[in-house]
Amino acid sequence: MHIPDGFLSTPVWAAAGAVSVPGVAFFARRAGDAAGDGRIPLMGVMGAFVFAAQMINFPVGIGTSGHLVGGALLAVTLGPAAACMVMTAILAVQALLFQDGGVLALGANVFNMGIAGVVAGYLPYRYWGQTRFRRPAIFLGGFLSVFVSACLAMTQLMLSGVAMPGPVLGVSLGLFAVSAAIEGGITLAVTGALERLNSNWLRSAGKAGNSGMGAILIAAILLASVGALFASALPDGLEKLSEELGIAGRAASLFQTPLADYEASFAGQDWLRKALPGVLGLAAVYLVCVLAGRLISRRALHRS
Amino acid sequence: MHYIVLDRLSRQSSYLHGLDARCKIAALILFLVAVATTLPLGAGAVVGYAFLLAAGVLLARLPPAWMLTRSAAVLPFTMAFATMSVVTGNIQHAVTLVAKSYLSSFAVLLVVASTPLPALLDGFGRLGVPVILVTVIQFLYRYLFVITDEARRMWLAAQLRGSALSRQPRSEKVAAAAGSLAVLFARSLEKAESIHLAMTARGFSGRMPALVHPRATAGDALFLLALAALLWLVRFRLGGT
Amino acid sequence: MSPILEARGLDYTYDDGTAALAGVNFRLFPGETVALLGANGSGKTTFVLRLVGLLEGAGEVVVGGVQLTRKTAALIRSKVGIVFQDSDEQLFMPSVLEDIAFGPRNLGQSQEQALKTARQSLEMIRLSHLADRAPYHLSAGEKRRVALAGVLAMSPEVVILDEPTTFLDPPSLRDLIDLLGRLPQAKILITHDIAFAKALAPRACFFERGRIVAEGKTHDIVRQFQWEL
Repeated sequence: MHIPDGFLSTPVWAAAGAVSVPGVAFFARRAGDAAGDGRIPLMGVMGAFVFAAQMINFPVGIGTSGHLVGGALLAVTLGPAAACMVMTAILAVQALLFQDGGVLALGANVFNMGIAGVVAGYLPYRYWGQTRFRRPAIFLGGFLSVFVSACLAMTQLMLSGVAMPGPVLGVSLGLFAVSAAIEGGITLAVTGALERLNSNWLRSAGKAGNSGMGAILIAAILLASVGALFASALPDGLEKLSEELGIAGRAASLFQTPLADYEASFAGQDWLRKALPGVLGLAAVYLVCVLAGRLISRRALHRS
Repeated sequence: MHYIVLDRLSRQSSYLHGLDARCKIAALILFLVAVATTLPLGAGAVVGYAFLLAAGVLLARLPPAWMLTRSAAVLPFTMAFATMSVVTGNIQHAVTLVAKSYLSSFAVLLVVASTPLPALLDGFGRLGVPVILVTVIQFLYRYLFVITDEARRMWLAAQLRGSALSRQPRSEKVAAAAGSLAVLFARSLEKAESIHLAMTARGFSGRMPALVHPRATAGDALFLLALAALLWLVRFRLGGT
Repeated sequence: MSPILEARGLDYTYDDGTAALAGVNFRLFPGETVALLGANGSGKTTFVLRLVGLLEGAGEVVVGGVQLTRKTAALIRSKVGIVFQDSDEQLFMPSVLEDIAFGPRNLGQSQEQALKTARQSLEMIRLSHLADRAPYHLSAGEKRRVALAGVLAMSPEVVILDEPTTFLDPPSLRDLIDLLGRLPQAKILITHDIAFAKALAPRACFFERGRIVAEGKTHDIVRQFQWEL
């Protein structure tokens, strides 16, 4: 689900951008470090592959079909850093050339699909890829990559005040789970076919990791995304609960962004109050962008 | 194929086409932020923003009808959520969603249709987007058509052998689809390797050489200032409360 | 006259142990055009990749007095240009002009200089009007010529063309033959198109299972192996 511009409230898109930009910069550095020279064309062509893969339909049930989204498949073949680059590139091309997803909303979309989706899609394989649970792990990765992204997107929409009646939310969650399961199935089927062609194409998962750690991480991601969804659906209930527990201050800061707080302190000047979060958010995003870029290019210079 | 039209339009020449890509990116962001922060979005503001976009279309000599329909690509998604707002009785919010998403989508299209993608990416790169990401986007766009054609040929070949008519069980159809994706994946990998070989044969050593950088002029700065002033007018005089 | 390019005992073995090249000896003289003939998989493409160090194995290559090593590979690649079989894989930059300028830039030319070189190469292949086009939108013949311009922009002493006639219609093929005939460089042509080989290359080498099993006048080689329809 690609959020277009015009849906997200300023604190939401600015905060998502403020998380995505350093996130992408971090992965860009990782991907750049791991890059043999051949990795750059590889990432580009694999992005084109994911685009093209959407043309191949998988029959799902009565008259419906699904297609590959790709986050988990990219993560288990190229690694999470390169997968993040590829997904970000795909989202950028979709936003610019296909009018699919917004430009200000790119921060949110990249966070949902390019960072959270890729990481969630990779974790199961990372921890259980070498064990006898390899196939369930790949399925779970595909499932999580879509489910987590969809929950996060829904959360951001609801935090921005998009109306979402309870039943619709329930149905959406069900649909998310179904399409996530489809992605899991497709990821499993394609990786299986890939391994038969050439077993080197899947990343070696490394030694069997600490699977307790893996379980905790995955549970945390899942709980966070589903929990955030419900929290955004029931903000009043949550507030009441935290008040009763006496942690109102801390809980609120978890669900509100610092820029949202900003609004309060400029209550007197209306226009300033409305414009400031946007401008500040933008300035912050830009600053982080430039700093990260500088850092990366400096490192690249040192290396060459 | 709208992106072929887009590619052609972006290579025309006009006042807007001639502006520096960074200037247009900055203008786009200003516009999007102005639209996003106009709350509530009054009719005056909508007219004001629409007027600015129309001026842009004129300055770029782009076909208005095509721009209007292409920007509507965002509407199905918006409509779904707008309907929900209507159902819950918040018609104002529904109208705001439609207007904001359509205006924003149109603005993005205006910039993309008046700037060739390479120049646009170069602009993003010079505004601080990591070089590796810009390069990946560039390669993605370059091979999008090549790989999509490959996929289309595979799909066609499968249709010609009657895959749509066959009554195989679903599991076999899924296996066939997975197999063709795996083959497409393999061909993409091969292609990436050959591209790298061809790059190395022409002296590539890991860093893409920087190429045509246009220079920003006083005219670009003037445009940006004028736009900022107009946006300020629309945003704070016509829009909001 | 001494050869511009000489290969002695070139070997190459795939990862799985099959030998793709087994002791190939080859000489190319300045200004000469040689056709490499032979069945698919007989080692022709492997041979030319090996010549510029894109594949590594035993044997030695000397180009213009410089021996191919890992250190000199970049230099050798500036002297020996390859036009690959699939132009789409060779034209990876966003516009024609930028693609042609890619090589000169890598050779260390300044932006302005590289673009100037690129314009000159485009003029040489008479496609100046395509400078700003995206490579994807070109016809097969135009793509091939642009790929050739990208190689020529690096002013190589040897030009290698791998199956340059695939996907070309007769007029494009005629254009290509005309263009290649005017180039002063020594050329190696890998091809299955015998009319094309006869038109440009007086001499031919015949590959079989990773070796050159015969070489001589193109007419004679074609007759000897019945390499025509």
